Amino acid sequence: MSKLIFEKSVPGARAFALPSCNVPEPGELPDSFLRQEDALLPEVSEVEVVRHYTELSQRSYGVDNGFYPLGSCTMKYNPKIDEWAARLPGFANIHPYQVEETVQGALELMFDLEEMLREITGMDRFTLQPAAGAHGEMTGVMIIKAYHNHRQDLHRTKMIVPDSAHGTNPATAHMAGFEVIEVKSNERGLVDIDDLRSLMSDQVAGLMLTNPNTLGLFEEEIQGIAEVVHAAGGLLYYDGANANAIMGVARPGDMGFDVCHLNLHKTFGTPHGGGGPGSGPIGVKAFLADFLPVPVVVKRDGRFALDYDLPLSIGKVQSFYGNFGVMVKAYAYIKALGASGILEACENAVLNANYIRTRLRGHYDIPYDRLCKHEFVASATKQKKEHGVSALDVAKSLIDYGYHPPTIYFPLIAEEAMMIEPTETETRERLDDFVEAMLAIARDAVEHPEQVKDAPRKAVIRRVDETGAARNPVLKWTP
Amino acid sequence: MGYVPNPSRVVREMLEFMGLQGRDDLFADIPTGLKLNRDLNLEAPRSEQELRQELGRLAARNTTVDDRPCFLGAGAYDHYIPAVVEQMLLRSEFYTAYTPYQPEISQGILQAIFEYQTMICNLTAMAVANASMYDGGSALAEACSLACDVTRRSRVLVPDTVNPSYLEVARTYAAGGKMDVVVVPGKDGIADSAAIASLIDDQTAAVVVQNPNFYGNLETGLPAIERAIHSRKGLLVMAVDPISLGLLKPPGSWGADIAVGEGQSLGNPLNFGGPYLGFFAASEKLMRKVPGRLVGQTVDLDGRRAFVLTLQAREQHIRREKASSNICSNEALCALAAAIYLSVVGRDGLKEIAARCHQLACYAKNELQRAGLNLKYPQPFFREFAVAIGDPTAANRALLDQGIIGGYELDGGLLLAFTEKRSRAEIDRLVSVLGGIDNE
Repeated sequence: MSKLIFEKSVPGARAFALPSCNVPEPGELPDSFLRQEDALLPEVSEVEVVRHYTELSQRSYGVDNGFYPLGSCTMKYNPKIDEWAARLPGFANIHPYQVEETVQGALELMFDLEEMLREITGMDRFTLQPAAGAHGEMTGVMIIKAYHNHRQDLHRTKMIVPDSAHGTNPATAHMAGFEVIEVKSNERGLVDIDDLRSLMSDQVAGLMLTNPNTLGLFEEEIQGIAEVVHAAGGLLYYDGANANAIMGVARPGDMGFDVCHLNLHKTFGTPHGGGGPGSGPIGVKAFLADFLPVPVVVKRDGRFALDYDLPLSIGKVQSFYGNFGVMVKAYAYIKALGASGILEACENAVLNANYIRTRLRGHYDIPYDRLCKHEFVASATKQKKEHGVSALDVAKSLIDYGYHPPTIYFPLIAEEAMMIEPTETETRERLDDFVEAMLAIARDAVEHPEQVKDAPRKAVIRRVDETGAARNPVLKWTP
Repeated sequence: MGYVPNPSRVVREMLEFMGLQGRDDLFADIPTGLKLNRDLNLEAPRSEQELRQELGRLAARNTTVDDRPCFLGAGAYDHYIPAVVEQMLLRSEFYTAYTPYQPEISQGILQAIFEYQTMICNLTAMAVANASMYDGGSALAEACSLACDVTRRSRVLVPDTVNPSYLEVARTYAAGGKMDVVVVPGKDGIADSAAIASLIDDQTAAVVVQNPNFYGNLETGLPAIERAIHSRKGLLVMAVDPISLGLLKPPGSWGADIAVGEGQSLGNPLNFGGPYLGFFAASEKLMRKVPGRLVGQTVDLDGRRAFVLTLQAREQHIRREKASSNICSNEALCALAAAIYLSVVGRDGLKEIAARCHQLACYAKNELQRAGLNLKYPQPFFREFAVAIGDPTAANRALLDQGIIGGYELDGGLLLAFTEKRSRAEIDRLVSVLGGIDNE
């Protein structure tokens, strides 16, 4: 068991010293503003800090450790040159309020990145400000709201979201003040266009849609969907979580989407950081450009500048200009790939997903067993029914085989769901090994179900008491 | 230069295995009319060597705070980052991982977040802290909406001494229609506590106070504001600077119900404005309403201590439209940087850094006054203050000409920040330039 850094504290130990001071001032803080007791922080030597975090890293698992088929998360390899680039002092050590002439390189990078994202998505303008996908969703939905309000179309209080949507979609729509209306999926796992038609009215602000959807299926009727939504005066929002599956092949802008977000940390190779930072740029069609957050990056007479003069802007969604460090990595990634590399990445993401799907067929239920895009949903319904082995058990067993588990129990419309997204950066050999592990688990489910239900046994801990954690929350260490 | 590992021969074999003729078959479900049917109009792929040169050139077109002493603050600060922080962040088990949904394989990250939460609680003297928000501005906006949610009231009073960017972000979030942000003009560079007290009513969900405020000043009216808002059963939301908490009374001791702030100063580079991290802490009472990820301690089947994402019933992936926020990805790696930073500087180090920043700021103030300049506001400050200057843009230009990144331009003033990275010699140069300009 790892001790906490606090438990390694030795009074007087330290890993830090200030430079010598040659100003005489004693300080002038009023007594009433002073802290009475020191903040309880660790007192640890440098070598022990390093060992502590090294140990914690060894108890973590990233893409560099192995295959990470976490559906919906696009855990592709994160190129090392991108990490190098983001750490260049010329990018990392510049203050956001420096005068524009001293940050031309940074502004040019943002300007060019926007241009590349426009081409890839078919949208007309972008903001790079949102810090993550959900933040982008909020920005996009606020833009939709501002558009309707500006047109004095004030009764559009509803936002439609498919029953297969990411949880962030309804949560976002609610935060933006919309009533969330769910549209059903049909038996093919796609938006039920008749149900959609029946839900549309002059009170609907728009539809939030992921395409391909969370089952990894392309919404083939997207043009019809767009027509239905637009005919009723609504706008179409593209959740770009799955953009890896279409980039270079098709574009949300050509499908009729009015607003779209991208996850630079999924589609464009920037690492997830154990839960962030991400970056969730928003692209809009020209008629919505006036509503984008301020500032936007513009080019005037060959110089780059930040333009705050957007009277209809929804305002700011972040204190500064977005997660610039992440933008640098995505910029490097897109530049490295070019058009051919983007297409190749997309094709191989789809190829790898279909390859695993084909190989798992017959061993696991596959609720929508047809051509998928970058991911698909397998199900442990058979194992559950016949041997009491659930998707959770399969996921935990995969840990013992050295893999990160897939996303489980999502989307909600599939039972015992295991959402598998291999990404394009896996070799056939790894995919085969993963499939072999899945098949072995399927056999274990028959022969030794108790063993599967007890997995993992090779991880640093066994399964944890999640109920206890929520019932009696211990959210910090106390001495 | 792509990163697809399968050679084309293998790709062909995989397609054959599935009975597909070619790669186009993989997209048979996309209507032909919707396909791009052309190459994306992007520049030719770059080799790594070309990329390195190009990015190096772009980066070199920026003037860095390494090249020029930086006196800019206004929400982002040029603090020293110990080498340990950067080295540990390069451990790719950390940075290439996803959110730790699977505890058995993610104990390291979960423990690091648990330790981070503990550090934020201890710094702020609050009961709970989450795993991070996007930045200081969005953390404040979420704090305001949480206050409206739990009090079932809609008005939030914000003095104009709060960081204007935070205020703008809060206003954007307010477009959701559940909160009404009311800006209260300050007086002499601090919040007007009497005006705020007179505006508090039964619809007031919260008052926001930033301390030190945007102008670097200490909000001396805080006790009066705290009494006024709590007497009407509203919440006190404080935005604080984590470095200042080495010396200054923490929000918990002021009676804050929610404490937020920008955590960039804790081991994160300036990065032209991001990625940063918002920290978010609250009283015990609000624990089950806090937005974002929370890591809790529990045990595994063998009774060993273990960590896990907990109280997920608040979150979007479980509660969907009823979630306390839509936040999913946060700024985990930046929070990790903050935790490593606080581990390195430690209990005494943070106090010393805070004291040094303050000392240098006091020295600068005295020297500027000696050079005939005045403070814009006659208030006690921590590490940042505004000096009265008729034409701050011209002053900044003069400073830049002398190789100094100046301050944040205010109406009739320049907001100057002093971190432990600034030296006496640099401050003397700053003073000599500012003292030499024509300042009507």
